[in-house]
Amino acid sequence: MEVRNLICIGCPMGCPLTVTMDGEKTDVTGNTCPRGADYARKEVLSPTRIVTSSIRVTGGEIARVSVKTKSDIPKSKIFDVMAEIRAQKAEAPVQMGQVLIRDCAGTGVDIIATKTVEVA
Amino acid sequence: MTYHDIVIIGGGPAGLSAAAAARKAGVQDILILERDSVLGGILNQCIHNGFGLHTFKEELTGPEYAARYIAMVEEEKIPYKLNTIVADISGNREVTYINREEGLVTIQAGAVILAMGCRERPRGALNIPGYRPAGIYSAGTAQRLMNIEGYRVGNEVVILGSGDIGLIMARRMTLEGAKVKVVAELMPYSGGLKRNIVQCLDDYGIPLKLSHTVVQIHGKERLTGVTIAEVDENRAPIPGTEEYYSCDTLLLSVGLIPENELSKGAGISMNRITSGPNVDDKLETDAEGIYACGNVLHVHDLVDFVSQEAALAGTNAAAYVKRTKESVPASEGKGHKVPLAAENGVRYTVPQTLNVDAMQDTVTVRFRVADVYKDRYISVYYDDKRVSKKKKKVLAPGEMEQVVLKKSSFAEYPDLRKITICTEVE
Repeated sequence: MEVRNLICIGCPMGCPLTVTMDGEKTDVTGNTCPRGADYARKEVLSPTRIVTSSIRVTGGEIARVSVKTKSDIPKSKIFDVMAEIRAQKAEAPVQMGQVLIRDCAGTGVDIIATKTVEVA
Repeated sequence: MTYHDIVIIGGGPAGLSAAAAARKAGVQDILILERDSVLGGILNQCIHNGFGLHTFKEELTGPEYAARYIAMVEEEKIPYKLNTIVADISGNREVTYINREEGLVTIQAGAVILAMGCRERPRGALNIPGYRPAGIYSAGTAQRLMNIEGYRVGNEVVILGSGDIGLIMARRMTLEGAKVKVVAELMPYSGGLKRNIVQCLDDYGIPLKLSHTVVQIHGKERLTGVTIAEVDENRAPIPGTEEYYSCDTLLLSVGLIPENELSKGAGISMNRITSGPNVDDKLETDAEGIYACGNVLHVHDLVDFVSQEAALAGTNAAAYVKRTKESVPASEGKGHKVPLAAENGVRYTVPQTLNVDAMQDTVTVRFRVADVYKDRYISVYYDDKRVSKKKKKVLAPGEMEQVVLKKSSFAEYPDLRKITICTEVE
């Protein structure tokens, strides 16, 4: 039996979590919402993160459009995802929610714009 | 002079939420004044996620969160002026603004909502010795340069201060290929949220050195390095602990200061601890009809709470405007005002006074503690009687706390003189 202490990153509350692991069986205490329990289980079994960054825009009112992975990706893939994001360019206009990279770095997860950038 | 029922100073998260709430409360004539070229305020550059869990029950990035409130304002057709800077507010609610189209204009407001936000503490406030080379930025400036203007900012980075923006930028710069060598924090505890230490520093193996500060800046044209030293309990550098870090960029994340020049100009009484106005439970300042909310009132950790607080200010400002229009005597709004005292480890409270007669069914009192405490109670006293206590495993200055006071709880205290919020060991 293994015990791990974590800080929940689900929201800025930052609840202190204790996970007791017995093989694949996990028991979580310290969470104040169901998200906390989900996070703790994931974090000890296969940690994931949402990655946020920005992509260069040409012809827009600003130089960068902010983006995110549409859902969380394995933590080990963060830098692979970033390499594709950094190599990508977009052309204005970009709509919030628009897919800018499909299936980024083989994660099966799309990169979407998180703001609208109009043509300058 | 043009008149508007409610004039809102600032079109960031606080101003937008206040506007939406005031409209919902039935006020048609609202004007938002925003100095930037877009609405949304600082959220536009906060491209990381974690916003909106309380408000929308989903995890949004800053721009997405802002877009929801901008959409509310657009749908309600609430007028706003961009690229418009407010130069002065008078105690009787005359607002003077400047923009390119109209020049200098003074308007009369029925009610004013202060929602100007805060700004970062600059290098000049820190007294770090050394030259003033390029490469030293406040964390928020670097964030804007990187996320909106598209600059790389730097390659080898040291961050002074563990405020949330510094932690977020540690991760952001790492993802963009920079090497973040260390985060130095003067205090023995972090100034940021725990979750940000985990997901911004621990995830990327960036060391956090508590009780450390920058004692020397190296480089004349461009920063070439900094010297970091450990500090003693009086925050004085300990000789012999100096360590040199080569770097071309130093980010400062050393605190936020509510931007209250306009409030002071209006003669509003200010709070020494929060650097924001003193307000009652309606979030009204001591200048009648002038309300304050968001980071201009006190610096928040969570935008969700800014939105909540601002909605309250908007609703109350709307009620005030209606009351004055219906010529309800001012005495009806008056009542039994009780001061809130912050004691024994509680640094301040917002609001600072509570009108027991006129309050809503519940009032949320927000506050911060002075140090890191373990296994302490947060207690509420009505005069000398403890009326509630709640045990907290950990309390930290970087995390805002709150207690909710119920109107019904005051029934037995008709002559109440003081409400005290404090921490207690038992």
